[in-house]
Amino acid sequence: MEFKQWEGFNGGAWQNEINVRDFIQKNYTEYTGDESFLAGATPRTKALMERLQGLFKLERQFGGVLDIDTATVSSLTSYSPGYLDKENELIVGLQTNRPLKRGVNPFGGMRMVRQACEAYGYKLSRKVEEEFRYRTTHNDGVFRAYTDEMRAARKSHVITGLPDAYGRGRIIGDYRRVALYGVDKLIEEKKKDKANLSSGAFDTEHIRLDEELYRQIAFLGYLKEMAAMYGYDISQPATTAREAIQWTYFGYLGAIKEQNGAAMSLGRVSTFFDIYFERDIANGTLTEEGAQELMDDFVMKLRMARHLRTPEYNELFGGDPMWITEAVGGMGEDGRTLVTRSSYRVLNTLYTLGSSPEPNLTVLWSTALPESFKKFCAKVSADTDSIQYENDDLMRPIYGDDYAIACCVSAMKVGKQMQFFGARCNLAKLLLIAINGGYDHTSGMHIGPQMPVLEGDQLDYDTVMERYDIYIAWLSHLYVNTMNIIHYMHDKYAYEKIQMALHDTDVHRFMAFGIAGLSVVADSLSAIKYAKVKPLKNSEGFITDFETVGDFPKYGNDDDRVDSIAKDMAHKVITELRKTPTYRHAEHTLSVLTITSNVAYGKHTGATPDGRKASAPFAPGANPMHNREENGALAALNSVAKLDYNDCRDGISNTFSITPQALGRSEEERIGNLVTILDGYFAKGAHHINVNVMNRETLLKAYENPEDYPNLTIRVSGYAVNFNKLSREQQREVISRTFHEVV
Amino acid sequence: MEGRIHSFQSLGTLDGPGVRFVVFMQGCNLRCGCCHNPDTWDCADGTPYTPEDVVKRVVRFKEYFGQAGGITVSGGEPLLQADFVRELFRLCHEAGVNTCLDTSGSIMNDAVRALLDETDRVLLDIKYTNDVDYRRHVGCGMAAPLAFLEELNARHIPVTLRQVIIPTLNDTPENVLALREIAARHPCVDKVELLPFRKLCQVKYDKLGIPFAFGHLPEPEGEKMKELNAILHQEGQSC
Repeated sequence: MEFKQWEGFNGGAWQNEINVRDFIQKNYTEYTGDESFLAGATPRTKALMERLQGLFKLERQFGGVLDIDTATVSSLTSYSPGYLDKENELIVGLQTNRPLKRGVNPFGGMRMVRQACEAYGYKLSRKVEEEFRYRTTHNDGVFRAYTDEMRAARKSHVITGLPDAYGRGRIIGDYRRVALYGVDKLIEEKKKDKANLSSGAFDTEHIRLDEELYRQIAFLGYLKEMAAMYGYDISQPATTAREAIQWTYFGYLGAIKEQNGAAMSLGRVSTFFDIYFERDIANGTLTEEGAQELMDDFVMKLRMARHLRTPEYNELFGGDPMWITEAVGGMGEDGRTLVTRSSYRVLNTLYTLGSSPEPNLTVLWSTALPESFKKFCAKVSADTDSIQYENDDLMRPIYGDDYAIACCVSAMKVGKQMQFFGARCNLAKLLLIAINGGYDHTSGMHIGPQMPVLEGDQLDYDTVMERYDIYIAWLSHLYVNTMNIIHYMHDKYAYEKIQMALHDTDVHRFMAFGIAGLSVVADSLSAIKYAKVKPLKNSEGFITDFETVGDFPKYGNDDDRVDSIAKDMAHKVITELRKTPTYRHAEHTLSVLTITSNVAYGKHTGATPDGRKASAPFAPGANPMHNREENGALAALNSVAKLDYNDCRDGISNTFSITPQALGRSEEERIGNLVTILDGYFAKGAHHINVNVMNRETLLKAYENPEDYPNLTIRVSGYAVNFNKLSREQQREVISRTFHEVV
Repeated sequence: MEGRIHSFQSLGTLDGPGVRFVVFMQGCNLRCGCCHNPDTWDCADGTPYTPEDVVKRVVRFKEYFGQAGGITVSGGEPLLQADFVRELFRLCHEAGVNTCLDTSGSIMNDAVRALLDETDRVLLDIKYTNDVDYRRHVGCGMAAPLAFLEELNARHIPVTLRQVIIPTLNDTPENVLALREIAARHPCVDKVELLPFRKLCQVKYDKLGIPFAFGHLPEPEGEKMKELNAILHQEGQSC
């Protein structure tokens, strides 16, 4: 194929097939210089951002939600066009007809939409209630099939946060395809795929795919209509950088209008955009200032994305996140870096527009990255606390060099792989259930295999492990089956038409399970093994507390005796999960990630043998428990780095907070030291790190006087939040975390 | 062979160049009024380790050291256990780890000379620039650290001179100029650091039930530190 819009590009396989990676490889210009070329915000950008800041402020004053359209079901063409400032914006398109106004999306489930409306003083309209009266939602479907045991596991909170009442998310459409090929070409290719299906045997899988393709094609048509409402014809490829960004954004906008998945990640677009920037700059039609303006406008749009959530949802995933994750940098398979000037430009938005949790800027770190880029990233981290790092050297051999991150830490090849999101199970609670022979004293429920409560004055490690294994096997089997139901129903009732239209038809699926409480379990088992743990029973004969005498190795001190327990535990869980087959032959994966749910998980878990009190928060993700590190920050990093990515292919999240004083005396030293820390941590084979460079006092001040810190951003578990959007409880937990400081 | 160690800090960024693994030795021969680590004074305290134990820990952090970092042995006074530190440094060198010694330089003997054979850099505390203050607030004369510095100079070991700036005692331009002069006389000195006196350690003294000699003195103002640093780094002929 040949388009006049491609003039000036180097040709390749990408011209004959949908292959964005090949286009990038043939056309991008690596950049190994420093940040001195960057332009600042123009007066236009500043005025637009000021307007947006005003709306953010209003939204906060309105209790977190500015407005809800309760009468219109969100979809690609259901709202008239909306603008932030029609005359002055360079990139257009809003989810609804007004900025920050939220739509309702009942395809995942009606109850959640009703509750969310009510929580903010609205009532879902009769119109929508009527429309969905005879329609099955994803949530309806799931609960038709759930067994009693699944309901019990959910109710007792041993499995929590399952996407059974809203969109599952964690799917990244290859939004770049819209810009590179135009929608007509994408439709044509999907039609070919559909025609090719006609020869096979029409079994269930075949028929399902056939219908899915029909729906993908239909929605690509709606995507064109949506763009046309804004005055753009996206049937053809983009001609300029501005169009490339606009086309790509329309693809993303279509996805977030259609789906309210927990994580609606963006992919890996900045180096793709860079090719268009370079062409326009070479043509003399764009300046550096103009390029930054386009990036700024695009990012402003991303910062305006919203979904309507219930307060219960916010308890698990605090801070109103969208996880608009953009993967930046990394290395190519041919050894060239994928860092371009636009990798800098997208990070520069944290200066031109101010720090912000969204988009979730994720640097793919390789020890081979250009030194000046490493330093720039470290500087941005120290200045804004808004970026996270993931190990490109670990992921590239598995996913190639055109993968992106969904949500926080979930890697997938863009447009070629997707995942079935599965939240997480509570391993610490499961340990207590196992010791009590299938009784959960916090919920008062009997669940799992029923056995006698463990006897004796002191817990014996081998006896506990033998018992724990039985319950891990039980929960793993139940967890996979629960996920199978959820994703069967989501495909059936809330299928992602636009996002899957922007994937290859033959897509690889992951099924992503998760664990919470890993450090609590590791320390508890270590206490049982190396100290004396006396179980204390309540009047009914159940173990509800522990008396731990003596010292024991604690996870977070680079001590193999306990770190190996944590590592083995992750291996054990994924091994058990793999024993139960998945829906659509998805590949089992596991994450050690909690988002902010470590607070909620802790709340529903009794006292544990490591000395953690009943209801006290867990550490987030794979972090060691708060303030148990005795040998400083790097020892804690080493402990986390020991967890095996091969067991946890859905990611291992670690959040690292350090005071500026502890990083070095001068800014130059701090940046240099942060770079070598990141190099070291990733050379150790670690997967992910959130970096906060701040003093606890800042958080305490923001806790007391939130209005003085409207834009305070902090990395939590796999994402960043505006500190003020966290609940008081979540804020207290963040403050209580370990800050590595000068002693 | 065993050494008595107070504690380890896996991330040290303030004691020597780059990212460093810091070993705090137990025991000190001096009793400086400004001391930040009174819990390292008692030579009988601490935990015994062999040099092999320690180097095994250190190499686990090698990836973080980059070009500049490595191990720093601080204290307490590491020179009191010079044989142990020497063996530790020798093993570190075998493992390709840069070695840095943080000391008051008040001891010189054959064991210390042997230790210096394995030392890549010294952070030398010059606590005051006159003998009177040294005798009053440190517990030794000024000749010892100066002799130590001569030895380092003769051996061409790179040195960072450090001084804690304590209001009313040494927070004067004259003192800083005198320190500058000491540095200028010794080409081995490639860096001079002025460290503000800090009183966070008051809690450590309280816990140990011993008085903090300088507890009544204020911490220096940021402006004062800037001013003294400006004098330290100003261009022109050295005095």
